Amino acid sequence: MSKKPAAKKKAAKRTIKVDALARVEGEGALYVRVKGDEIQDVKFRIFEPPRFFEAFLQGRMFSDAPDITARICGICPMAYIMGAGQAMEDALGVTVTGPLRDLRRIAYCGEWIESHVLHAAMLHAPDFLGLDDALLIAKDNPELVGTALRLKKLGNTILEVIGGRAIHPVNFKVGGFYSLPKKRELKALRDELKWGIEASIGIAKAFAGFDFPDFEYDYTCVSLKHPDEYAIHEGRIVSNRGLDIPVNKFFDHFDEEHVEHSNALHGVAKAGGTYLVGPNARYNNNYSQLSKLAKRTAKEAGLGKVCNNPYRSILVRMVETVYACEEALRLIEAYEEPDASCVAVTPKKGAGYGCTEAPRGICLHHYKLDKDGRIQLARILPPTSQNQKQIELDLRGVVAANLDMKDEDLKWRCEQTIRNYDPCISCATHFLKLTVERE
Amino acid sequence: MARRKPKLAVWKFSSCDGCQLSLLGCEDELLAVVGEVEIAYFLEATRARVKGPYDVSLVEGSVTTPEEVERIQQVRRQSGLLVTIGACATAGGIQALKNVKDVNQFIDAVYAHPEYIETLETSTPIQDHVPVDFELRGCPISKEQLLEVLNATLNGRAPNVPKYSQCIECKRTGTVCVMVSQGQPCLGPVTQAGCGNVCPACERGCFGCFGPKETPNMASLSRRMAELGMERREIKHFYRLFTANADAFREESKGHE
Repeated sequence: MSKKPAAKKKAAKRTIKVDALARVEGEGALYVRVKGDEIQDVKFRIFEPPRFFEAFLQGRMFSDAPDITARICGICPMAYIMGAGQAMEDALGVTVTGPLRDLRRIAYCGEWIESHVLHAAMLHAPDFLGLDDALLIAKDNPELVGTALRLKKLGNTILEVIGGRAIHPVNFKVGGFYSLPKKRELKALRDELKWGIEASIGIAKAFAGFDFPDFEYDYTCVSLKHPDEYAIHEGRIVSNRGLDIPVNKFFDHFDEEHVEHSNALHGVAKAGGTYLVGPNARYNNNYSQLSKLAKRTAKEAGLGKVCNNPYRSILVRMVETVYACEEALRLIEAYEEPDASCVAVTPKKGAGYGCTEAPRGICLHHYKLDKDGRIQLARILPPTSQNQKQIELDLRGVVAANLDMKDEDLKWRCEQTIRNYDPCISCATHFLKLTVERE
Repeated sequence: MARRKPKLAVWKFSSCDGCQLSLLGCEDELLAVVGEVEIAYFLEATRARVKGPYDVSLVEGSVTTPEEVERIQQVRRQSGLLVTIGACATAGGIQALKNVKDVNQFIDAVYAHPEYIETLETSTPIQDHVPVDFELRGCPISKEQLLEVLNATLNGRAPNVPKYSQCIECKRTGTVCVMVSQGQPCLGPVTQAGCGNVCPACERGCFGCFGPKETPNMASLSRRMAELGMERREIKHFYRLFTANADAFREESKGHE
């Protein structure tokens, strides 16, 4: 056996290979080729098998879209149920307001809590502790994991009370709800939400002590913005570069391209360049609209008004969890039961757009309907597709800054960099392979 | 002497991740489950990978690519008990809607460069490819049923998972029948129980997430739904949701072409 070459001999060819990336939702791969100090290629591949949702929808009634598109993703079904619902309402000329709108926002807060806590505590935090998974965190700190699980359960319970089920809820439809949630069950969530506010502040503080890799990027942040609230389920599409458009103008400014190395379509800005969606984009665009307590939590966790360090997205997720608990509590306190569970809709010819802030970023829906309300065209742009190019740019920067790392450490750092995005590869179309080739 | 903990593996094929998420969704029971089994392979939860063979494999998702055809054989070879979880694994899932049309039309509808896409013409359940020891239905599965299957398996008994219809579940919980009282179309009479009758409890007809029950009377339900005013195409689409490729639903929907 020959001796290991010294680390300085960069011309030596090295290959790092990971069979599948863990702690993400879906199947993908990473390929990095380095020659000396030069990064020759970075590809974040998605080979989640394509499932053709847009095609299944053609010819079906408008009312089928929320339930069918929900099956794109088991982690963020609300982004599909509500995005499709709103797009259909846009096409059919109805608006859902008052207590029905509030119920939708409360349910969406539930999804943010459930998804953010799952990702931050169970999928992302182990990276900062050098552990394989959250179950190992539980060995040393069962209280922290127990708190996270209870908080995640709170998010799921909100969805169960309003939606009838946590994963693929059944009570939502175009125009509102099949039935109104029981007021008693809704009001009964208040005590747990009060606990949830304190619990999420506690987790944010615990995670603030992590050693965050020193990496920043000057992101083009794209998110929803609403005049009256921290945008979750409605708003205009804005960026930190001055973009401010209604949702129905999205495809004038953004497009998707189909590249050979991925089964997910890549989102691109027509003006050129990549962009970022998700927690950090929302935080950077809408910081001023966070609650006082959420801002204080951010400050105490060491965040400024802008966060361009993707690793710190774990803190932004917990800040948003504080906000989501507060917002759900506020809306539940104020909730008065409306007379009807939905707004009546009449099928007609039309086109509509819907966009909500999925936990991972904006999720866009566009449909065209014929005169009977049958879907002629469906177009859905999930957040992970939009982030794919930015993930590759982050990886490029991270690899360039850490070429002196040992292969095993660099591999883990790359995985962690991808996990910053909580990529939902099921959404984007799953199996992450990481290959680093060094020449 | 300490008993060796059984090794549990969780595998994903074409799916939305919702069913394996149900395991992480057992918030109150997760740490107890982990106390009883060794999580040997579960990519959504951990980087750690313990080599097979595995005592119990949970398989989510359907087979839609040539790679998956190969991989399910490898999973079967490494697994003692193989339990399929969810509508994709047990019936082909929503993506089995492509089985009834020319797949190339679908590729053209979604992707600009069809030549980059490698996919089979059909989405098929796991039991079409390898022997399966137990099937857990649902879109998504019920976490109570998942815990029951794990508990039963660990204790060497048969899982207590009923095969009767959704109607039984509604009667047991005192949920008013939406078909009788409101004239709403409902797949409850032909659908296997297990979800906790979530839809009728929301005053909505069941839309079949758990697939056909044992010996369903499809013709009778179709006739009743037609009497309630549903057009043939509506009836066809009603059967063509998440378990569209389950035999009884597939054949009945074809009868409404």
